[in-house]
Amino acid sequence: MSHVIDVHDLNFSFGSGALTQPVLKNVTISIQKGEIVLMTGPSGSGKTTFLTIIGGLRQAYHGSVRVLEQELINSSEQVKVSIRQQIGYIFQQHNLLKSLTAQQNVSMALEMQNSMTEQQRLDHAAEMLRAVGLGARLNYKPDQLSAGQCQRVSIARALVGQPKIVLADEPTASLDKQSGHEAVTILERLAKESKTTILLVTHDYRILDMADRIVELEDGVIKEK
Amino acid sequence: MNLVAWIYFPARLAWRQLIFDRTKLIAATCGVLFACVLVFMQQGFRDALYASAASAPVKLNGDLFLMHKQSEAMWRPVRFKRSELMRALGHPAVAEVYPLYLGLAPFKNIETRSKRTLMVYGFDPDSLIFGIEEIKNKRTALRLKDTVLFDEYSRPEFGPMRQLLEAGRNVTEVNDYKITVIGFFRLGVSFAADGNIVTSDLNFMRIFPDRTRNDIDLGVIKLYAGASIKQVQTELISQLNEFVNIFTYDELLQNEKNYWANMAPIGFIFGFGTVMGLVVGLVIVYQILFTDITNHRHEFATLKAMGYEHGYFIRVVFASAFFLAILGFIPGYLFSLGLYHLAESQIFMPMPMTFTKAVTVFLFILSMCMTAGFLAIHKLKAANPADMF
Repeated sequence: MSHVIDVHDLNFSFGSGALTQPVLKNVTISIQKGEIVLMTGPSGSGKTTFLTIIGGLRQAYHGSVRVLEQELINSSEQVKVSIRQQIGYIFQQHNLLKSLTAQQNVSMALEMQNSMTEQQRLDHAAEMLRAVGLGARLNYKPDQLSAGQCQRVSIARALVGQPKIVLADEPTASLDKQSGHEAVTILERLAKESKTTILLVTHDYRILDMADRIVELEDGVIKEK
Repeated sequence: MNLVAWIYFPARLAWRQLIFDRTKLIAATCGVLFACVLVFMQQGFRDALYASAASAPVKLNGDLFLMHKQSEAMWRPVRFKRSELMRALGHPAVAEVYPLYLGLAPFKNIETRSKRTLMVYGFDPDSLIFGIEEIKNKRTALRLKDTVLFDEYSRPEFGPMRQLLEAGRNVTEVNDYKITVIGFFRLGVSFAADGNIVTSDLNFMRIFPDRTRNDIDLGVIKLYAGASIKQVQTELISQLNEFVNIFTYDELLQNEKNYWANMAPIGFIFGFGTVMGLVVGLVIVYQILFTDITNHRHEFATLKAMGYEHGYFIRVVFASAFFLAILGFIPGYLFSLGLYHLAESQIFMPMPMTFTKAVTVFLFILSMCMTAGFLAIHKLKAANPADMF
C-alpha cells in the first residue's frame, strides 16, 4: 500500500443528457510515495479536471479514486475537506491573498492546525520562505513582489504544512523561463528532501527533466511514456 | 476547534482585507455613517417631539387632572364646565382644585409687528399649579391687569424679548389685545406651539373675550398629603360625569405622548424615516459586502482548496459586517452629537444624547449590517474552487 494516489477506471463528464461531454475515460494511474509525476497533454485534454478530482475540489461519481487511503468517489464534504488539508496545491496563478504579507500568506496554510501557537505558525512560515529564497521579503505583500517571487511564496504555502502530496497545475505558465525554472527547481529540491509526492500538470517541456515519470493525457485517456 | 480561534481567525482575515483597501473602507464607512446619522436624527427628533409635547404637563403641579374625553391633547382641548371640576371637591381627600385655561392666539412681534401663534395659559396666580420658580415669584405682579410672562424658550421669531424688555419696550398685542410683558419663565416649545405666555385667569378672559371662566380646558386637582392617588382616581371616576377623563400625572404625560406618536402623523413620519435610513444603509452595506466577496472570490476559492470550510467564509463576511457597523457607528455617533447640539441651539428642541438612545441606534445599525451580511453570504457560493481553476 505505498500508493498514495490510486486511480482505477475513473470516468468523468461535464453536462448531462444529450450534451454530455466526456472528459476523462477509464483513467487508471497509481503514484507512489515520493514520486514526481509530470502530466502533459494538449489543452482541453482534462488535465486540470483530473487534478481537481484528486485534490478533492471536484466530485466524481464513476470509478475509484483513492487518495491517502480515502475513497473520493461519491465522498462526503468532510472527506474532501480532510483530503484538501493534507494536500498542497499550487495554482497556475499564485493566488496569494493580496491583503496579507508573504509570511501571513504562508501561515494561512497552518491556521487549521490547532496544535500550533501563532508564533510557531509564523516561525514555520518564515523558515519555509527562507527555503524558497525569500527570507528577506517576509513582510512584503504580493503586489510588492515579482510574479516569480509570488509563485515561490505559493510553493512555500503549499509545502509548509508538510503535505504528503503536492498537486501543481501549470505552475510555470505565468512565469518567464528563468523564474519558472527557479520555482520548479526549488519545488523539486524541497520535495525530494521531504519525500513528498508531486503530481504536476504542465505544458512546459523545459521542466520535463525533473520528473521520475511522465504521463500524457490526451482526449481523456492516459498514456505512459 | 476552540471558540477563540473559531471566530478570531476569520475576523482577523476580514479585518486585514478591510484595511488593505483604504479607499473602499472609507467609502463603506461613510455608507454606515450616513445611515447612522439618519437614524440618530430621526430618533432625536422623535424624542424631542415627545419631550416637548409633554413639556407643559411636566411643569404642572398636581395629583390628578381632569380633561374632557373628547380632548385629544392639551393643545386642542374640548372645554367642559367648571362645575364638573368643583364636584371633585366633594371627595374628602381632595384639598384644592384649580382650572387651567388654554388658548392659541397670535402674538405681535414688537420689532417687526408680524404675528405668530403661541399658547396662552390662564390660571389663578396664587394656585401655584405651575412648578416654575419664575412664575411663582411673579404671582403678585401677575394679578395686575393685562400682564403676562413670556417663555424665554419660545422661538426667536417672536422677537428678542429680553433685550426689548431691558430697553423698556414691553407692550404688545396678543389676540389683538394690548398686554404688558412683565418677565420671563422657561418652559419650551412644542410641535403645537412656537411659544408660550402665562397670564392670570382674569387676564385670559380679557385676551379671549369670547371665553368665560365657567368653561375650562383642564382641571388640576391637589390631594391632601398621604391620600392614595390611585384610589381617589377610581372613586372620582365613579362620582364624576362620564364625559371627563381623570388622569394621574403619568397618564397625562402618556396621553400627550400617545397623541403625537399615534394620532398625529408626525410619530409615524419619524418611524418611517428611521426605517428608510436603515433600508438605505442596508442596501449600501449589502452592496459593499457583495462586491467584496466578488473581488475576493479567487482568494476564498484558494483557501477552500487548502481545506478551509465553508463556515469560515461565512464568519469572515459577518466579521466584516460587524467591523463596518463599529467603524461607521463611532464617527456617526460623534457627528450626530454635534448635530444634536446644533439642533438644541438653533431650533430650541430638547435633543439629549442619552446612553439608551446610543445603544438603541447601535443595535439598529448592528442588525442592519448583520442582515446585509446574511443577504450577501449567498454570493459565497461563487467561490467554488472547482469552477475557478
